[in-house]
Amino acid sequence: MKPTLVSHLDRAARNLSPFAVCVLLVPLGMVPLPMPGYTPVAPAVALIAVYYWSIYRPDLLPAVAVFAIGLLQDLLSGVPLGVNALVLLMVHRVVTSQRRFFHGKPFLVLWWSFMLVAAGVALLSWALVALLVGTLIDPRPVIAQYLLTLALFPGLTWVLARAQRAFLKQA
Amino acid sequence: MKQRAGSVLRLTTPVRALAQRFAFLLLLSAAVGLIIVGGVDTVLVERARTTVVDAFAPILEAFSRPIATVADIVDNVRELAHLRAENARLREESQRLVRWQQVARRLESENAALRDMLNYTPDPSARYITGRVIAASPGPFVRNVLVNVGARDGVGKGQATVNGQGLVGRVAEVGHRSARVLLITDLNSRIPVVVGPSRERAILAGDNSDRPEILYLPAEVQVSLGDRVVTSGHGGVFAPGLPIGVVAAVGDDGVRVQPFVDWDRLEYLQLIDFGADDLLSAPQGPPEDAEGGR
Repeated sequence: MKPTLVSHLDRAARNLSPFAVCVLLVPLGMVPLPMPGYTPVAPAVALIAVYYWSIYRPDLLPAVAVFAIGLLQDLLSGVPLGVNALVLLMVHRVVTSQRRFFHGKPFLVLWWSFMLVAAGVALLSWALVALLVGTLIDPRPVIAQYLLTLALFPGLTWVLARAQRAFLKQA
Repeated sequence: MKQRAGSVLRLTTPVRALAQRFAFLLLLSAAVGLIIVGGVDTVLVERARTTVVDAFAPILEAFSRPIATVADIVDNVRELAHLRAENARLREESQRLVRWQQVARRLESENAALRDMLNYTPDPSARYITGRVIAASPGPFVRNVLVNVGARDGVGKGQATVNGQGLVGRVAEVGHRSARVLLITDLNSRIPVVVGPSRERAILAGDNSDRPEILYLPAEVQVSLGDRVVTSGHGGVFAPGLPIGVVAAVGDDGVRVQPFVDWDRLEYLQLIDFGADDLLSAPQGPPEDAEGGR
């Protein structure tokens, strides 16, 4: 069957979905939820999505897209510019270089390595921000955010897997 | 055909890997470059931030709307459950407030009389701009919120931001239809205040914790728990006398203030255009509230 223009457009739109999902998760993660003490420890949802797509579809989420997502996060949240861009880029690099290891592994392995990656992210961004603002920042909310992100990982990964099946099932 | 494709693939794979590595290094240095630029050219960074926030404001608004609605419904149900107790409490409060009103009336007229005697120049009148919180920056590193009002509504940089409870923060960045409010708990927040009945001047400095610290208080000054902290109005951008909080701890950790604001429920904020430029352009006539005060 000869591919038509419509099917080309459809293909392109579907291939954009990993990036689009990550971009939408950035403002979604900023929704003010009326829960006690929530905002300072709000889970890093974009990190989970970047980690997920870097494992399963790195061809559709190249480094430059990850950079853009990090930059968007920096610009919207008011964190010193470049911090999230740098950190997410590192995550992308580490995960894509270990891609083969992840394939066909059970979910628990995925979760376990996310635990390590997210710990690296928490440590790196904490150190970077502390360096940039020139004071030590209380590490307790950083740890709380890390734990919340870990707790959210299974649920969000499930949603992402559904999205992958819905948009990219032919691939 | 198939074989040829395979050989091309074999050839391109190392090239591609090289290109990918190159792209990574390029982006990495771009990120480092941004971090450096962010520290140097704050004007450029601010413009980039406001542009992006403006572009995303409708999305943020759409996302935050349903959450706010659900929260309102939950609140309503909770209020219904406590209607009787709430009623009794309000009746009591209203009695108390009536007594306060009488005191306030008396003080007001006394004040007006004394001001007349002194030829006192009243503070310029303030204008309020009400905005809805559409996003709260997540994470442990910053304390700020985005509101859905901007330059087109008359928002200006540095304006004090309050809600019904007290001072929330000040406007840090202004876009066309959105603005960023730096909360008084943020690491970068510095607010001139006066403390306690002796009205000592000091600076309220945030440190990302829930209780900002009071700095530069003269050593001989005694502050005690429960002392009220209000804005001093020094610098002319903030209205004086906006309530902030009470002194909650005095000790090795410095003098800490417990703000009146409930940080978990920031929904509508009022941005106060205190009109620092009105000082220059205000007409010479009597202030608006000169009549209403009597």
